[in-house]
Amino acid sequence: MQKRTDTQGRSTLLSNTREGTAWVAVPRFLAKMKVYGKHRFPGRLFVVEGIDGSGKSTQLALLEKWLESEGYGTFFSEWNSSALVRDVTRRGKKKRMLTPMTFSLIHATDFADRTEQHIIPPLKAGALVLADRYIYTAFARDVARGVNHGWVRNLYRFAVKPTIAFYFRISVDDAMKRIVGGRDAINYYEAGMDRQLSDDIEESFRLFQGAVIDEYERMVDEFGLVVIDASRSIEEQQVQMRAIVTKALTGARKNRIRRWVDLNSTARASRP
Amino acid sequence: MGRFEFYGPGLPAVEAGELKGKLVVVEGTDGVGRSTHVGLLKEWLEGKGHAVLGTGMTRSALAGKGLKAAKEGHTLGGITMSLFYATDFADRLENEMIPALRAGFVVLTDRYIYSLMARATVRGADPEWVKGVYEFALKPDIVIYLRATVDELMTRVVQTSGFNYWESGMDLRLGEDMFDSFLAYQGRLMAVFDTMAGDYGFRVVETAANIQNVSDEIKTLLEPLLIPV
Repeated sequence: MQKRTDTQGRSTLLSNTREGTAWVAVPRFLAKMKVYGKHRFPGRLFVVEGIDGSGKSTQLALLEKWLESEGYGTFFSEWNSSALVRDVTRRGKKKRMLTPMTFSLIHATDFADRTEQHIIPPLKAGALVLADRYIYTAFARDVARGVNHGWVRNLYRFAVKPTIAFYFRISVDDAMKRIVGGRDAINYYEAGMDRQLSDDIEESFRLFQGAVIDEYERMVDEFGLVVIDASRSIEEQQVQMRAIVTKALTGARKNRIRRWVDLNSTARASRP
Repeated sequence: MGRFEFYGPGLPAVEAGELKGKLVVVEGTDGVGRSTHVGLLKEWLEGKGHAVLGTGMTRSALAGKGLKAAKEGHTLGGITMSLFYATDFADRLENEMIPALRAGFVVLTDRYIYSLMARATVRGADPEWVKGVYEFALKPDIVIYLRATVDELMTRVVQTSGFNYWESGMDLRLGEDMFDSFLAYQGRLMAVFDTMAGDYGFRVVETAANIQNVSDEIKTLLEPLLIPV
């Protein structure tokens, strides 16, 4: 039977090819891709966003501990962590080979791999996926680098829409003070040094991250980001987060999924 | 000159209008004889006094190695693969093709975004999404689309390189073996190419005739584009 279907499919395609007529209808084998807002999974996806030094990773780790203790299966996924793509990104950054366009595309590739391998499968299994940075990071950074606003939004259309996306609001000056290791710890691309805004890395960081913050602020309404005031105490922020997350947990599965927990530890070990 | 333009918003910090040269694309599925014709064209163009940059889907300095390694594993998903190719293409567009065009070369490329778009589409990506992703590309001066029937392709492949895993679309599990899969996969690619032929104004050249006649037909199409030497 299988063969029969194949031969049939083939002859249809061949006759169309010979005639050379343009196809109006999309052939039936096309367009399996689900787009933003159209995925339906039993799991939940919680995302934290904000610039370096906003404290978002600390908050996500605390949230994870709490969810685990409540008996939920969680899976942690981090920006820039695809094993398939990481070497290319690392090399590109180290040798400073990246243009705004390739910077944007390589991060989208990394994110696609994470989506296909590490975000969709646990969501299908009913797990809670916790993501440190998501597509909004790309929208903010890439647009701040001069990439077209609409183009980059289309690029990430395959992404799963988060259940809740938290945005940790902080000023550049406050973020700078919190970056562990100070000036020497500032990353070349994170400071937007490729944009030649300033020869001074601190000044460049200020200018570039200022532009990134402007983009985040524009996205608050566009994507319904939940704003957390990152200048408040760690405890206050966590209480606020937990209250919001609790409301989204109605009906979520409470079974711990061992496999995701194991993968989780591997993902954590490999920072970009 | 103001002659070149992008399909969409284009590349940050690249002014399409300041590019000179010509961008000539040769497209077609696997085994259709693209590389033979690209070779013949390059010789002919250089003979006429044009500086030619021959390029193709050779891997980029940035993503080449990573893409090769990723394809050797078994976890490469459809969307990830499409975007990896887009990254690879962007690196070559910005670092090879655009500098050559700026210098007034004829850039002769064996495949362009259309092959990449077709591969992504047959792997289930939304055609509108794919089209949007590649809107950073330059519109070529001409796209020569070499076409053959699947039967002709199959005969050529059997006689030359044999079937290979990716050219047979084995990752899509369309058939029991490489032969069945090749037929189904190349048939799907062609259906997508035929749609694009209209949308993007391909110049279709049937490759059933002998190599010399096909080559002459391509040259006739190119002639009016070239700056007389």
